[in-house]
Amino acid sequence: MPEYNLNVNGQSFTVEAAADTPVLWVLRDHLRLVGTKYGCGIGQCGACTIHLDGKAQRSCLTPVSSVENAKITTIEGLSEDGSHPVQVAWKEADAPQCGYCQAGQIMTASSFLRENPAPSNEEIRKAMHGNICRCAAYNRIEKAVAMASEKLT
Amino acid sequence: MAVRSNNKFSRRSFLKVTGLAGGGVLIGFNLFSACKSDTEMPKDISELNFNDFNAYIKIADNGKVTIFSPNPEIGQGVKTSMPMIIAEELDVAWEDVYVQQAPLDTEKYVRQVAGGSQSIRASWEPLRQTGASARQMLINAAAAGWDVDPGECTTSNGVITGPGGNRIGYGEVVKDAAGLEVPEEVSLKDPKDFKIIGKDIRNVDINKIITGKPLYGLDYSEEGMLIASVLRPPAFGQELADFQKLENFDAIKKDHPGVVDIIRFENKIAVLAKDTWTAMKAKKTLQANWQYAGNPESTEDHDEILLGLLDGNDFQNMRKDGDVEKAFSEADEVLERTYESPFLPHNCMEPMNFFANVTDEKIHLVGPIQTPEGTANQVAEKLGRPLEEVHLEMTRMGGGFGRRLYGDFVLEAAEISSLAKKPVKVVYSREDDMTAGVYRPAIKYRIKAAVKDGKLTGYHLKEAAVNSNMYNLIPNFFPAGAVENYQVDVANYQSNITTGAWRAPYTNFLAFAEQSFFDELAEVMQVDRVQLHLDLLEKVKGSTDDRIQYSPERMQNVIKTVVEKSGFKNQQEGVYKGFSAYYCHNTHVAEVAEVVLENGQPVTKKVTCVVDCGIVVNRLGALNQIEGGIVDGVGHAMYGDLTFTDGKPESDNFHNYQLIRMMQAPKVETHFIENNLSPTGLGEPTLPVAGGAVANAIKAATGQRIYKQPFIKHLDTKEVIG
Repeated sequence: MPEYNLNVNGQSFTVEAAADTPVLWVLRDHLRLVGTKYGCGIGQCGACTIHLDGKAQRSCLTPVSSVENAKITTIEGLSEDGSHPVQVAWKEADAPQCGYCQAGQIMTASSFLRENPAPSNEEIRKAMHGNICRCAAYNRIEKAVAMASEKLT
Repeated sequence: MAVRSNNKFSRRSFLKVTGLAGGGVLIGFNLFSACKSDTEMPKDISELNFNDFNAYIKIADNGKVTIFSPNPEIGQGVKTSMPMIIAEELDVAWEDVYVQQAPLDTEKYVRQVAGGSQSIRASWEPLRQTGASARQMLINAAAAGWDVDPGECTTSNGVITGPGGNRIGYGEVVKDAAGLEVPEEVSLKDPKDFKIIGKDIRNVDINKIITGKPLYGLDYSEEGMLIASVLRPPAFGQELADFQKLENFDAIKKDHPGVVDIIRFENKIAVLAKDTWTAMKAKKTLQANWQYAGNPESTEDHDEILLGLLDGNDFQNMRKDGDVEKAFSEADEVLERTYESPFLPHNCMEPMNFFANVTDEKIHLVGPIQTPEGTANQVAEKLGRPLEEVHLEMTRMGGGFGRRLYGDFVLEAAEISSLAKKPVKVVYSREDDMTAGVYRPAIKYRIKAAVKDGKLTGYHLKEAAVNSNMYNLIPNFFPAGAVENYQVDVANYQSNITTGAWRAPYTNFLAFAEQSFFDELAEVMQVDRVQLHLDLLEKVKGSTDDRIQYSPERMQNVIKTVVEKSGFKNQQEGVYKGFSAYYCHNTHVAEVAEVVLENGQPVTKKVTCVVDCGIVVNRLGALNQIEGGIVDGVGHAMYGDLTFTDGKPESDNFHNYQLIRMMQAPKVETHFIENNLSPTGLGEPTLPVAGGAVANAIKAATGQRIYKQPFIKHLDTKEVIG
C-alpha cells in the first residue's frame, strides 16, 4: 500500500493507506483524530469539514493522495485549547444539542469568517446552509457565528 | 419556607453510603417503583419503566463533588440538567461539580433510559431527595463534631455554618457523614431559594464538543479492534438466497488489503477490516443473491391498504363517549377530512454503531444506546450467556430521536464479535442507516365532526397505521372531555418494514391532523379559531373524568399567552399567521407560525411558542430543546418523506432525502409560563405543534389546505404563483 506524508495541525505524519481513502478516514482511523465526523460520505452534510490551506473542505470527498502538499487543519488543531473566537462563541451561545455535527459547523464558520469577518445574517445563513444539524439547533448556530464575528471585528 | 419531602419511599432500606478508600463518600439510592406515577409512552416500548432511577454523589476531601448522571445523553440535555437538580439540594456551587456519565449498573441505578421526555419529570423528586439527604447527613456530621443541634446549622456553596461562627467545608466532614444514620425525613428547598435550577447552565460536555475530543460511539476504539461493515437485505421482505464466501473472499482480499474476514450470519454478511474505509468499500463488492420471503411492499400498497382500513369497519375502540353516530345524523353540518403521513427515517447524525468484544469470560459492549439495560438483556439472551457477563458502557449519542431505543445494531456487533472471536465495531454507512431503519410508520387519520346549532356535538377520530397504533393515553388528550359525543378507533396493518418510536410518537403527526382540522372546522362553523379552542377547554374545567390527561386551565393559559405574544390577531402586510396548540408528554404548548410568500412559495419565517413545562430546570438547555423541536417539526412536516418500491427504501442518503437546513429554519421566540409546578420534559412536546401551525399559516397565505405530509410534495405551487 502506498505511503503518504501529511501535514496535520502543524505536525508531520506518514500514513499507509489506499490512494482513494478519504482524508476523513485517515484522520479518524489512522491518526485517531476523531473530532472530524462521518455523517454521509457524499459531501452533503458537512460533518466532516476540515481546512485545507485554511479553506473549508469536505474531508469525506478528499482522497488522501491529493493532500500531500496541503496544510490540513482539523477541529483539534483550530486552537490548542478551544480558545479560537468561533469556539469561544460556540461555548457562550451553548450551541450544541447532541453535538455531533458541531465540529463541522465550527470549521465551516471559522473558514467563512476568515474571508468575511463581518457578515450579514443572510450571509451567515447562506454560508452555513451546507451543514446539517439534525437536532435543528440552527437558531443557536446562527447566533454563535454572529457572536464570533463580533469577537473578530 | 422549606417544604417537607413527602417521603414516598423508605429511605432507610434503599440508601447506601460507602466510604471510599481514597477519601470521599458515595451516596447512592435505589429509587424504585414506589415513586411510580402514570407515564406516557408509546406502546412498543411499554416494557420500559422510566420512573426507576438512581443517582450517585461522590464528595472528595477537597469539597469537589462528582455527580453521576444516570441516564443516556442523546442531546436532550439530561447530563447537565439531572445533576443540576442534585447539586441544588446538596447546596454546592455548580463550579465545584464534575459530571460523569454513570455506567450501566442495574443494581445501583435500576433503570436507565432516554425516552418519552420522562427523565426530568420522573426524577425531579427523587433527585432532589438524593441531594437533600446527602446535605442533611453532612450537616449532622458537622453538628455532632461541634456538639450542637443540626437544626441550628445552615449550608451555602458546600460550606456548613453553625452557631458561634463555626464553619466547615463538606469535604472535611464526608468521612464522618458516611458513618451516620440516614435521615428519615429531609427538607427540600423552597423554589424561590433555588440558586442553580432556573439558571442558564451550559452543556457539561461543551468543552469536549468544541475541541473535538472523543465522546461518541463512533469515536471509541480499542487495540486490535476491527471494523465491521454489514450487508443487509436491500429490500424489506427479502432474505439471503446464496452467497459464495470463498470466491468472493479471495478476490476481495486481493483488491482490498486490510480485509480480515467475511462472516455470514442470519440474513447478513459482515466484512471485517482494519479500517472503516476498507470495510465499507469491500462490502460494496460483495456478490450475494436475495429472494423475497415476504411480500414486496410499495408505498402505493400502503396508501391503498390504510385508506381501505379507514373506509372499513375493522377497528379497535379506544374511547367512546356518548353516541357519535347519532350526533352525525342529527347534525346541521358534518366535516370529514383525511390526513396522510409517510414513513420517516430518524437520520441521527451519528450513524448507528456499536463496539463488542465477546470473550469466554465476558461481553464488553460500548456505544450509543437509549435503552442500555434492555439491550444488555437482549445480548445475553441472544448469545445464551448470563446477564452478569455483559458489561455495557454508554457513550454520548450523536442524536437518538427514538432510533437508539432499539438495540438491533448492538446485537449485530455482539454476534459478529462472537463469531469472529475478535473485538469488533459495527459501523453503519449513511446508506445502511437510512435503509435498515426502524422507521416512524406511515399513518392516516380520518377526523369527522358534527356541528349542531353552532356547537361541536360530535368528534370521531380514526387511525389506520402500519404495525402499531397510538398508545392508550392519546385518546384522552384534547378534545376528549370537551365534546359530548366522542370516539377514537384504531386499525392496523402488519408490514415487514420495521417501525418504531420516532420523536413524539404518533402525536408528531396527529397534532398536525387535529390542529389543521380545527382550523378548518372553525371556518365551517364561522367562529374564531382560537375562541373555539378556548370555549371547548372551558367545558373540560371541573371535569371528574380522571382519564383526561391535559389541564384545561394550563392549556387556556398557553393559548392566551401565545395569541398576545405573537400578535396573532394583528394584521401585518404580507405576513400570514397560523395557530396550533397541543398537549403531549405532560407539557402544554401553543405556537403561532408566520409565513410569507417568496417568489410565490410559502416560507416559514418565525414561530412564537409558549410552553408550560412547570419549573424550568435549565433555561439555556430548555430553550435549545424548544427551538430544535420546533425547527425539526417544521422540517419534517415540510420535507420528510421515505417511500418504498418493492420493499426497497427509495432514499438512501442526504442527496435524495431532504432535512431542513439553516436557510429554511424559522426563528423561534419562546415564552415560558412561570409557575412552581413540578417540571415536565421538553425533548418532544414542542415538535408536534409546529406542523399544524405552519399548515394553518400556509392556508392563510395561499388559500390551500394541506392534508398530507410532506407539505412540499402536496402543495400546489403553480396555483400559488398564479
